Amino acid sequence: MSFAARTTAVGLGGEGAAGAPSVPHELSELEEKRIIVGYGFWIFLLSDIIMFSSFFAAYAVLVDETAGGPSGRDLFHLDIVAFETAFLLMSSFACGVAIIGARAHRDAMYYGAMAVTALFGAGFLFLEIREFLGMIAAGAGPQRSAFASAFFTLVGCHGVHVTLGLMWLLTMMAQVFAKGYRPDIMRRLLCFALFWHTLDIIWVAIFTVVYLLGVVVV
Amino acid sequence: MLGKLTWADIPLDQPIPLIAGVAAFGIFGLVIVWVLLKGWGPYLWREWITSVDHKHIGTMYVFLAAVMLLRGFVDALMMRSQQALAFQSPGYLPPDHYNQIFSAHGTLMIFFVAMPFVIGLANIIVPLQLGVRDVAFPTLNSVSFWLTATGALLVNLSLVVGEFAKTGWLPFPPLSGITYSPGVGVDYYLWSLQISGVGTLLTGVNFVTTILKLHAPGMTYMRMPVFTWTVFASMLLIVAAFPVLTATLAMLILDRYLGFHFFTNEAGGNVMMFNNLIWIWGHPEVYILVLPAFGVFSEVFSTYSGKPLFGYRSMVAATMAICVLSFSVWLHHFFTMGAGPNVNAVFGIASMIIAVPTGVKVFNWIFTMYGGRVRYESPMYWGIGFIVTFIIAGMTGVLLAVPPADFLLHNSLFLVAHFHNVIIGAILFGAFAGYTYWFPKVFGFRLDERLGKAAFWCWFFGFYLAFGPLYVVGLMGMTRRMQHYDNPAWYPWLLVAMVGALVILAGILLQVAQLVVSIRNREQLRDTTGDPWDGRALEWSTSSPPPPFNFAVLPHVEGTDAYWLMKQRAIERGAPGPEPVYQDIEMPRNSATGFVCAFFAAFLGFALIWQIWWLAILAFVGAFATFVVFAWRDRTEYRIPAAEVARIDRENRASRRLALAQMEPAE
Amino acid sequence: MSDTDARLHLHDGSDHAPGDEPASGHEIAEGLLGYIVGLFLAALITAVAFFLVGTSLVWRPSIPVALLVLAVAQMGVHLVFFLHITTGPDNYNNVLALAFGVLIVGLIIIGSLWIMANMNHNMMPTDMMHM
Repeated sequence: MSFAARTTAVGLGGEGAAGAPSVPHELSELEEKRIIVGYGFWIFLLSDIIMFSSFFAAYAVLVDETAGGPSGRDLFHLDIVAFETAFLLMSSFACGVAIIGARAHRDAMYYGAMAVTALFGAGFLFLEIREFLGMIAAGAGPQRSAFASAFFTLVGCHGVHVTLGLMWLLTMMAQVFAKGYRPDIMRRLLCFALFWHTLDIIWVAIFTVVYLLGVVVV
Repeated sequence: MLGKLTWADIPLDQPIPLIAGVAAFGIFGLVIVWVLLKGWGPYLWREWITSVDHKHIGTMYVFLAAVMLLRGFVDALMMRSQQALAFQSPGYLPPDHYNQIFSAHGTLMIFFVAMPFVIGLANIIVPLQLGVRDVAFPTLNSVSFWLTATGALLVNLSLVVGEFAKTGWLPFPPLSGITYSPGVGVDYYLWSLQISGVGTLLTGVNFVTTILKLHAPGMTYMRMPVFTWTVFASMLLIVAAFPVLTATLAMLILDRYLGFHFFTNEAGGNVMMFNNLIWIWGHPEVYILVLPAFGVFSEVFSTYSGKPLFGYRSMVAATMAICVLSFSVWLHHFFTMGAGPNVNAVFGIASMIIAVPTGVKVFNWIFTMYGGRVRYESPMYWGIGFIVTFIIAGMTGVLLAVPPADFLLHNSLFLVAHFHNVIIGAILFGAFAGYTYWFPKVFGFRLDERLGKAAFWCWFFGFYLAFGPLYVVGLMGMTRRMQHYDNPAWYPWLLVAMVGALVILAGILLQVAQLVVSIRNREQLRDTTGDPWDGRALEWSTSSPPPPFNFAVLPHVEGTDAYWLMKQRAIERGAPGPEPVYQDIEMPRNSATGFVCAFFAAFLGFALIWQIWWLAILAFVGAFATFVVFAWRDRTEYRIPAAEVARIDRENRASRRLALAQMEPAE
Repeated sequence: MSDTDARLHLHDGSDHAPGDEPASGHEIAEGLLGYIVGLFLAALITAVAFFLVGTSLVWRPSIPVALLVLAVAQMGVHLVFFLHITTGPDNYNNVLALAFGVLIVGLIIIGSLWIMANMNHNMMPTDMMHM
C-alpha cells in the first residue's frame, strides 16, 4: 500500500522550526509507515472480530434449536477438536518463527517456518472438512436445524478465513522469493502475522464455546 | 448457462419501470458517449477514475450522492402522489410496484445518498484539516469509492433487469426469506449492500487510522477541528457496526441460497433475531450519518459567527459519548416485538439519555452565535433551519422512546415523519450546508447565493408541508407503506403532504439551477484567496482548489482553530510568514485497482443475484487477481520536484498577500 | 529525498505497531523464547480446558465458568506472547482499540442473549408454557 511522504514543517505562519518540540528519538519514515499499516490492519481485525461475534451471538441464541435432530453432544468428537486445536496452535507458533526469520533475513528460517505454518494450517482444514462432511453424511448438515445452520456458519466462517489466510501465506512466500525482504513486503508480512494469530484467538473462543461447552454435562 | 435470468425479466410489459429504466440508462449512456466524443476520456481516467487523491475521491462520492438523491426523490414523488390519489381508489401504482418503490427509496437514500455524501465531505476535508497530504491508505480509499458505486449500480440495474426487493429498506424475514420472496429482488438488495459494505468498512479503517496516526506537527488530539472529531466518531461506529450488517445479511443469504434455518419459521429458526441483529447495526448507522453533519454545523456556526466554537471540550466529550451510547439503544426500534417491560424500560431510558449529549451540542451551537457578529450567508440559513427542525425531530424521538407511546406509534406515519425530520433536518441540511461551505475550496468558485437561499426556503417550508401532515395522520392511526386507504380523515392531510413534496421539488430544481448558474458565472464567483468565508481551520490555508500535495510544507499547529491563529499573526505582521524551504514531495501514484476491482465486483454481484455460477467464479478470480497485480507493483510513488512545489506555493502566497491587505485584526 | 518530521501523536518513538516484535535489534533467541513460552502456556491452558470437560475432580456446575475463564486467559497469552500487545505506553492506542472492540463484542453477545431470551419467553405458545 502506498503512502505519501511528508516534508519538514515550516508553516505559513512562519514561526520557524524552533516551534517543534525536541524529541529523544525521531522515527524514520519506514518505521512510521510500519506503525500506520500495522495499526490500520489491527483496526480491520477488530472489525472482523466483531463480525465473528455476530455469528457467535446467533449461535448462542440458536444452540438449543435442534428441531428434534442431533445436538452438539451427539455430533462433536473432542479428540478431533483437540488435534485441530493443536495444529492451529503449532501453526501460530511457526508463524512467529517465520516473522523472526524474515526480520533477520534468514531464508531457511523464513521459508521453512512458513511451510510448517502452511502444513499445520492445511492439516487443520483437512480435519475440519472431514468433520463437516461426516456431519452432513449423518443427516446433520446445515439445513437440518437452526443449530446446525449456526454451527456450520460460525465454524465454517473461521475455516474460510483460514483458507484465505493460506492463500495469502503462499502469496507472501512468492513475494519474498520474487522481491526479497523489501520494506513494503515486510509490512504485509506483519499484517499476515496479525491475521494468522487472530485466527487462533478466535479458534480459542470457538473450541471453548461451541465444542467444550456444547459437550460438557454439568 | 444464464442461471435464473430470462428475457421475461426485462419489464417490457410494465410501462413505469421500463420508461424510467430506459430514461435513466439512456441518459447515462448518452453522457458517456458525449464525454468520449469530446475527448475527455483520458483526462477523466487520469484525474478521476484512477485517482487516489482524497479530494477527487470525495468529490466523486458527493457526485454519486447527488445523482442518487434525484433517483430517490423521484421515488418519493411517486409515493406521495400515489397516496394523494389512492383514497378509496387503487391509485396508479400496483402494490407490487409500490412496495418496490418504497424499498428502493429507503435503500437508496440511506446507503447511496446519505452515506456517500457524508463520506465524501469527510474525504475532501479531513486530511486538509489535519494538515496532512492524504489519508493513511489512498489506494484503499479508491477501492472503497468504486465498490460503493458498484452497489449503487446494482440497485439501479434492478429497474431494468428483474425487480427490486418489496420488503422495505430492511428486509425482515420471513417476508424476505426464499418462501415469501422467491424472486431476485431481495437478492439485488443483499449483494448490492454486501459489496458496498466492504467499501464502507474499508473507509472506516482508513479514517480511524488517519485521524489517530497522521497529524501535522503540533496537532494534538485536542487541537483537531470538531468536524474531524465527529468524522472520527462516525468512522469508529462504521468499524464497529458494519461487520454486524455483513454477518446478518450473510445469514439471510445463506437462508435464501442454501436453505439454512437462521430466520425461518421451521426447524428452529428465529425470525426476531434478524430484527435484533440488524438494528444493532441500524441504530449506530444513523449516528454514523448524523455525527459528521453535526461536525459541519460546528464549522459553519463558528465561521459565520466570527467566534471560536463554544465549549470545544464539551463538544468533543459529547461526540464521543454519543458514539459509545449509540450502541446501547437499538431495541427501541422494536419495542413492540415482545421483549417485555424490563428490557423495554432499559432501552427506553438509554434512548432518552442519548438525547442529553446531543442537547449539549445544540446549546453549544447557539452559544457560539451569542456575542458574535453573525453573517447570514446560505450555510447559516441551513444551520438555523437545522437547529429549529432538529429540535422538533429530537423531541418526537424522545416521545417515541417511551415504550407505551411507541406501542401506539410504531410503524405509523408518525414514525416516518420523525425519522425524515431527523434525516432531512440534520443530515441533509448538514450535507447541503457543507456542500455550499466547501464548494469553493473544491472547485475554486462560490455557489450563487440568491439561488442557494431560495432553495433553502423551498426545502424548509416544503419539508414542514410534506411531513407535518404525516405526524398528524400517524397520530390518527395511519400506518406506513399503505398503497391505498379509505379513511376520509386522512385524505386532506395527504394532499397537503403532496404539495410539500412539490415544494421540495422546487428546492431541488433551484439547487440544480444554482449549480448551472454558478458554473456559468464562475469568473465572477471566483475564490481568489482560498479563504472566502474568513475561515478558522486549516483547509482554508490552502489555495482553492488545493494542489495535489495539499500543503507545500506541513503547517505547524499551535492551537485549535489553527489557521485562525496563523491568520491573526499574519495580519499583525502585515505579511504572511517567511517563505519556507521547499523540498521534493512524493505522492502516491494513481491506480486502476479500485475501478477494476469494482468492475469485477459488479459482475460478481450480478452473477450471484441471477445464480450464474461460472460468471461468479470468473469475476471472483478477476477481483483476486487485481489485488495480486496491485501487490506486485514496484513503483508506488511519484515525485514532485521542489521547483514545482515552490511555483505552486508562491502563487498561493501572492494571493494571500493581496487578501491580507484587506483584512483587519480580529477583536 | 524528503526529510521527515515524525507526524505521529506520540512521535518520540513511544508508539508501536500491533503485532510487531519489541524494539528491533534484539537476538533471534530472545524472540524465539517469547514464542516458546507462549506456546507452552497456551498448550497447558488448552489441556486443562479439555480435561475439565470429562473430569469429576471439580464441582461440575463451575465448569462452564472455568472454561470461559481459561479461554480468556489463553486469549491473553496469545495477545501478549504472539501479538506483543502489552500495557506499556507505546501500546496505548493498540490497547484502546482492543478495549473498544471487546466492549462492542460484549454488548452484542450479552445484549442479544438477554433480548432474545426475553422474547422467546414472552412469545412462547401457551400450550408449551411449562415454566
